[in-house]
Amino acid sequence: MLARTITHALVGLDARRVEVEAHLQNGLPAFAIVGLPDRACQEAKQRVRSGITSAELNWPDRRLTVNLAPAELRKEGSGFDLPIALAVLAASRQVTEESLRGHAAVGELALDGRVRPVAGVLAAAEGAKEQGLSRLFCAATSAPEAALAGIEPVPLHHLAEAASYLRGEWQPEPFDEPADLPAPEGLPDLADVRGQERARRALELAAAGGHNLLLAGPPGTGKTMLARRLPGILPPLTRDEALQVTRIHSVAGLLPPGRPLVTAPPFRAPHHTASAPAIVGGGSGPRPGEASLAHRGVLFLDELAEFPRPTLEALRQPLEDGAISIARVEGKAVFPARFQLVATMNLCPCGARGDPAAECSCSTQRLAAYRDKLSRALLDRFDLLVTVPRPRALELAAAPSEASAPVRERVVAARERLRERCPRRTEAADVLLLRAVERLPLSARGHARVARVSATVAALADAEEVEPEHLAEALSFRTPNELAAAA
Amino acid sequence: MSAAAAESARAVRRLRRSDLPELLRQIHDPPRALFLRGSADAEILGRPAVAIVGARACSPYGSQVARMLGRELAAAGLVVVSGLARGVDGEAHRGALEAGGLTVAVLGCGIDRDYPAAHADLARRICERGLVVSEYEPCVEPAPWRFPARNRIIAGLAAATVIVEARERSGALITADFALEDGREVFAVPGEITGTLATGTNRLLRQGATPLTSADDVLDVFGLAASPLPQATAISPRAAAVLARLADGVAGADELARATGLEPGPLAAALAELELAGLVAEAEGRYRVVVRPG
Repeated sequence: MLARTITHALVGLDARRVEVEAHLQNGLPAFAIVGLPDRACQEAKQRVRSGITSAELNWPDRRLTVNLAPAELRKEGSGFDLPIALAVLAASRQVTEESLRGHAAVGELALDGRVRPVAGVLAAAEGAKEQGLSRLFCAATSAPEAALAGIEPVPLHHLAEAASYLRGEWQPEPFDEPADLPAPEGLPDLADVRGQERARRALELAAAGGHNLLLAGPPGTGKTMLARRLPGILPPLTRDEALQVTRIHSVAGLLPPGRPLVTAPPFRAPHHTASAPAIVGGGSGPRPGEASLAHRGVLFLDELAEFPRPTLEALRQPLEDGAISIARVEGKAVFPARFQLVATMNLCPCGARGDPAAECSCSTQRLAAYRDKLSRALLDRFDLLVTVPRPRALELAAAPSEASAPVRERVVAARERLRERCPRRTEAADVLLLRAVERLPLSARGHARVARVSATVAALADAEEVEPEHLAEALSFRTPNELAAAA
Repeated sequence: MSAAAAESARAVRRLRRSDLPELLRQIHDPPRALFLRGSADAEILGRPAVAIVGARACSPYGSQVARMLGRELAAAGLVVVSGLARGVDGEAHRGALEAGGLTVAVLGCGIDRDYPAAHADLARRICERGLVVSEYEPCVEPAPWRFPARNRIIAGLAAATVIVEARERSGALITADFALEDGREVFAVPGEITGTLATGTNRLLRQGATPLTSADDVLDVFGLAASPLPQATAISPRAAAVLARLADGVAGADELARATGLEPGPLAAALAELELAGLVAEAEGRYRVVVRPG
């Protein structure tokens, strides 16, 4: 007796259709899974058998073979438990195969028959929707995520519910899409940062235009503190962006329970000891790295010069293309990675450079080695370079600075204006830009970046056109300072 | 540069002792011969020259002063002589090149070497207009004891020597000693008394070196007048206010904002305007005037 269910395996972010065939034959009781299952998937045998018996259903004491087709596609993870269990129930005629038609399934089984959520439900639901399936069995907590794909979820707490549903004895509660949740509270606020007006201005520009920002300066000047306050002034994601981000975070298994849709721009801050694959993605079944997890958000690299150079160079492709393609023998996966890069660094290895009260003890060679880490090509990809000097005592005692909320309002308004119409340069601004290209070591890319930042400056000022003063401000964040000159 | 010109700039010429410029022949221990490469004629070694030397690990202040002096002295017609080292030396050469003037680099190794390697490109640019010279024939390795000997040539070629920044036991002080022995004028740029970077120059001042307060001090010695400053580009009142504050001393952007009452946006625009006009330069987050106010 043969029965079939449909599920999906993830290849990168794409869901591939997998047919789960269960076949019962006469013979000694045995259970085999074929079709290139990995270890976790192979172990489904024990979970499925216990789950079925715990749900007070019958385990067929016959020779059972489960095939996961196409057989050449590697199957990873525990999400195949539920479809295997349903195929076994259908093959042993405890539910009819007709009742399974139009359904896909994804989920892990507990030994007591409960259904557990797995990663990548959104991608699986989208795959099912594309193939014209109308309903998806999944864990109850995954149901809101599945609903985002526009498919009707069958939220399950327990395998027994699935059996009753398929026999027409039970219907899940009609599923309402949850209302938009408020943005998460408790983000660090800009009011905590005293002084540093220039760096704050750069942060506001970075938020409004989505520009890459490099904060350099001696330690203890608040570079990291400022960078961590960027999420608090970023506008929320659009629905489309939110879906893209959610898909990636779902595949990585990072969605917080109860928040199916990621609405705030992600902020990822990998440590500098992270490997290159951890940052750009990789693995045999490629998984998204930090750069992709930061898609439509911020990738924050604290102490940029401490990262290994190959890791930094690997970031150049996504910075330009907004995507990372990972080639493996079994195929290629493309992960979107359109992130905003924010980084901090000291001006020298000992950190004293730039601090008037300390003397730098770095040798010329050490300094050169430190700066060699950052290729000119990488530095060129920062739109805004700011050197953050040590604040004076006077500034630390100053009245609290502007909080995040009003800054965010300005940022949101500026983004709106940029979306509607990108301000054009006046003739005078064009002349200034040409003069700057002659005088400053501006590459063609640098030229384009200055032009983009100047449009952001104009949008923040609610100006119709980019005036020379807007362009001049954009230029002031790209002047040939120590960093650029040394690289 | 065409291939032929590159070839001739690379070609090494030899100057016998009897052909050395007058000033260099007068020193206590003139070199037996001098090797030359570069497109300029050996005659430029006889022109009025000023040596600008100082610390390799100099401060942003030191490098900006060196560049400013290189630029203004070369613009007034002096040949700027230095040692192609990192820091002050390199900046002095760059300043002279910026002004379109003449500059001579004296090496402490074989004439065919570019030492330090990081300044190979600078040496190439010097060769396009000026000269690279050395008393050592090709293939001589750089060695620590060759640099003090090199310094006597730097001091010997110039009628005046300017020390920009020098620590307690700096090579630049050796150059100053040679200059004094040969009876040449020695200028020292005053530095902060709280740091160690200017201990050497400040001691020179205490011993009677002439404090250098502007390029004019050097030009006076040669009886030259400063070349007229490039016509000051009209700057906005906003930029003028920032420049006025910066004339009082180095300041960070936030200090300038407080002093001038400008918002960060317009202030940034004013600073970019000043930087583009070549009046102000930024280093390590702090701004300073690089052209003396006219």
